[in-house]
Amino acid sequence: MQIYLPIAEVSVNAFLLLGLGGMVGILSGMFGVGGGFLLTPLLFFIGIPPAVAVATEANQIVASSFSGVLAHFKRKTVDLKMGVVLLIGGLVGAALGVQVFNALRAIGQVDLLVRLCYVVFLGIIGALMFVESLRTIRRAKAAPGAPPPRRHHRGWIHALPFKMRFRTSGLYLSAIPPLIVGLCVGVLAAIMGVGGGFIMVPAMIYILGMPTKVVVGTSLFQIIFVTAFSTLLHATTNFTVDMILAVLLLIGGVIGAQVGARIGVKLKAEQLRILLAIMVLGVCGKLAFDLLVQPSELFTLGAATGH
Amino acid sequence: MKQTLLILALLLAPFAAAAQEETVVAGLSQNVVSITANFNGSEILIFGAVQRYAPVPEGSPLEVIITIEGPDRPVTVRRMDRRYGIWMNTEAVDVDAAPTFYAVATTNPFREVISDTEDLRHRISIPRAIRAVGTNTEHQRDFTDAVIRIRTDEDLYQVLEGSVMLRNETLFDTSFRMPANLVEGDYTARIFLTRGREVVSSYETDITVRKVGLERMIYTLAHERPLVYGLLSLAIAIAAGWLASAVFRYIRMGG
Repeated sequence: MQIYLPIAEVSVNAFLLLGLGGMVGILSGMFGVGGGFLLTPLLFFIGIPPAVAVATEANQIVASSFSGVLAHFKRKTVDLKMGVVLLIGGLVGAALGVQVFNALRAIGQVDLLVRLCYVVFLGIIGALMFVESLRTIRRAKAAPGAPPPRRHHRGWIHALPFKMRFRTSGLYLSAIPPLIVGLCVGVLAAIMGVGGGFIMVPAMIYILGMPTKVVVGTSLFQIIFVTAFSTLLHATTNFTVDMILAVLLLIGGVIGAQVGARIGVKLKAEQLRILLAIMVLGVCGKLAFDLLVQPSELFTLGAATGH
Repeated sequence: MKQTLLILALLLAPFAAAAQEETVVAGLSQNVVSITANFNGSEILIFGAVQRYAPVPEGSPLEVIITIEGPDRPVTVRRMDRRYGIWMNTEAVDVDAAPTFYAVATTNPFREVISDTEDLRHRISIPRAIRAVGTNTEHQRDFTDAVIRIRTDEDLYQVLEGSVMLRNETLFDTSFRMPANLVEGDYTARIFLTRGREVVSSYETDITVRKVGLERMIYTLAHERPLVYGLLSLAIAIAAGWLASAVFRYIRMGG
């Protein structure tokens, strides 16, 4: 069934969009990532103009994250205090990121920057997670019953001032690292047009040392607000949020997120991480390939920017 | 002075009419294209007849050219080059105005039905319909060619040589397939009669392409009340998220 999107001004298959939304929703619920890093390239591929894809997807992520976070609230795996601290950094970062985005769009290099960001961050994060999870799995096999290694023993992080107690995560640490993590993710999220979960989740595990089960819910919690903020920014400045596209994506997305959250509970933390790592590396490889191989069409058309 | 001119005009009028002894009368299957939620392109039939007050002239045969042109929009064309091992945008050219949709149908191969001079004057062929002035690159041609190539691939530019049916040098008809990715606006349909590659008569009419119903409502709201629209989008997202969660909880409790 073809459907005409009023803002994107293209006609696409409704079931294709439902399917895409559902698939990304499952990932969102499983890993606590918004799924934007997968959906952006997919929407480009089916012919949605990039500006509309980025803005609308932010809206869709609000829905799937909200659905996912409710499931996590039930299981008390959301660290609200940590979420709020991350969020403060995130909103400041997102506002900065939008400025950078607009400046680069004026000189026509936004595509390249977005893709380079994807390749670099997905590559680093994917590789780190992959190696670490493999090591954990191997260690668990070698010595069953041995206590898992403590990850949060970074001396310098604990030396920082403004210490706060994060009871749900079982952490007592300074508010500065979460604020900085939130800020960096916010900047990247605005530039890359994603919620930033795929950066946030590893940062919470490896930098802040939070337990994996809490990380997913907390990440979803703060993604809701960051993406809601960017949806509003896009809607009021660029008029690029397509409501019909968003509704189709989010119908699939919210159902997928519920399914994903249940699959996620059944998997072990290391398995969850290694799956996410493989997926992240896959997307990274595809994007790197596109940058290195000569494209079949060297020219691209865009709305005139009047530079 | 004015009077002299008027008399002169009156005297010359019959000659002007004689020069244009063949005129075109035409109709369209539809003058309004409504973009609804399930819009999937549209077929437009254009038909007409040649009206003449004298016998069919001797010499070269009559040919018909029909065009449909969408609203003009400026376009930025960027070219990628390999720099530091990766492919990136290096050069950009602004094309001042390129039609968002352009289809041209003829009775015979384009070069046989119209001369370059006439094409230039009436802006009939696709390259002539694109305007790009005041750009400072030496590869201007590459960039306008790219616009044509990319839009032709998307079916937005169509050259339909030989698709106009002409019967007895009097009745003609053709149909255009307008793709689903149409832009809203006022489209123009033009019909040219040519003899010996010279235009002898032309006719122009408008086709209105408009979003209607839900499409219209959403588009208007998004542009006129962006904040309300943004908040509404968020409300829908939150509601859908909550609904899915509630439904799944119910299913789990029920099962």
